[in-house]
Amino acid sequence: MLIPIAILGVVLIYVWFIYNGLITARLRVSEAFSQIDVQLKRRTDLIPNLVETVKGYAKHEKELFEKVTAERANLMSANGANEKAKANDGLSNALKSLFAVAENYPTLKASENFQKLQDELSDTENKIAYSRQFYNSNVLDYNTKLTIFPNVLFANLFAFKPSEFFGVDEGDKKPVKVSF
Amino acid sequence: MEIYSQISANKNKTWLIMLLFVVFIATLAFIFSKALGYGLSFVGIALIFSGLISIGSYYYSDKLVLATLKAREIEMQDNPLLFRTVENLCIGAGLPIPKIYIVNDSSPNAFATGRDPNHAVVCVTTGILSLLNKAELEGVIAHELSHIRNYDIRLMAVVAILVGFIAIIADMFMRSLWWGGIKDDDNRGSGNIQLIFLALGIVFAILSPIVATLIQLAVSRKREFLADASGALLTRYPEGLASALEKLEKDKTPLKKASNATAHLFIENPFNRKSSQNWFASLFNTHPSIDERIRILRSM
Repeated sequence: MLIPIAILGVVLIYVWFIYNGLITARLRVSEAFSQIDVQLKRRTDLIPNLVETVKGYAKHEKELFEKVTAERANLMSANGANEKAKANDGLSNALKSLFAVAENYPTLKASENFQKLQDELSDTENKIAYSRQFYNSNVLDYNTKLTIFPNVLFANLFAFKPSEFFGVDEGDKKPVKVSF
Repeated sequence: MEIYSQISANKNKTWLIMLLFVVFIATLAFIFSKALGYGLSFVGIALIFSGLISIGSYYYSDKLVLATLKAREIEMQDNPLLFRTVENLCIGAGLPIPKIYIVNDSSPNAFATGRDPNHAVVCVTTGILSLLNKAELEGVIAHELSHIRNYDIRLMAVVAILVGFIAIIADMFMRSLWWGGIKDDDNRGSGNIQLIFLALGIVFAILSPIVATLIQLAVSRKREFLADASGALLTRYPEGLASALEKLEKDKTPLKKASNATAHLFIENPFNRKSSQNWFASLFNTHPSIDERIRILRSM
């Protein structure tokens, strides 16, 4: 009588530990994600200012401003790691062409305000890269915990789902084609 | 999982060192109270005294170390490059941003101290800021942040005060034995005291190699290699730290305010190793050879 109860107790405690471990890992992932969000927010906040500054020197580059503004709106409305990563890449591309155009306007390039904004943006981009690195290592940790045995048994039971990585390289996502 | 076992090992070693210090001072007090007939209250005082130093070192060692080095805290506008480097790497490591201090010294070096990631300090010399480029500085800062995350800083700071305290006294007594000599024929009354000092000197002389071994135990080579490796993982660019170490090795300016007690805190031995080759100093060789560290970093 006692022995089955003892075994059951041990198993329950074991499950409890696995459950707590998974919860902790998942919390770390969402905390790391909010770190990325902070930096993305900072980036989107800088952009109206930048657009205004560039407009003062290069009025007729309308198309470019519209593209940057659209990409910014796109990033602000994006949800989830995958979508946000894509929107962020889109914004990066639009900004890249904006800065390329700015090269043609020496007075703009020399403007103190523009230089400051450029500096802040590149700092924010670095911070996004680092927060992404932290987030992805947490996701890797959590997803590994979900898939190893015996955790995998309880992960399904308690409906734990693997998290998305933030911005995996395009090459990694494509299925490998094998041709004979 | 290596990193988590390293963290708990560091926490345990910190308590062990603090306990050993109290036991050591109490034992010493006991021996002298027996020899001089002071009674057990003397031992009690010594216990309280060493306990207070132990606890004090846990909470205030970082401030003490920074004060002896005359370091000053900086803000964002004082050095944006350094500040941002620390900030970005902290985001990457998921650490709170430590306080940043600068020592005005042309010798290139850096260290981290504090008692946990929430009370941490990264300190660099002006020499290292002018010597290294951005990627190299990132490598060095990442190495220091790894020390913070692994709780190396707590252990190293406590070691710096407690073991360093004993090491410095030992050092002083050794010197006075060698150079002071024993002048006994001037004053009969002080003969007794001199005898005590002689005995103390001999005790410390015997103990100092043990103390040095303790430092070695606490400041294992593994710790530096681990910080190198996790720092490289953080920057994803081991070459940065490798070339920084290479530059540090070539530069032989000794750090003016460093002592044996604080040597193990730094990223590189603050003394010019080639000029300090007597056996006593070599006991305090706290760092694995730079060449080996560079070789491992380059092979990553």
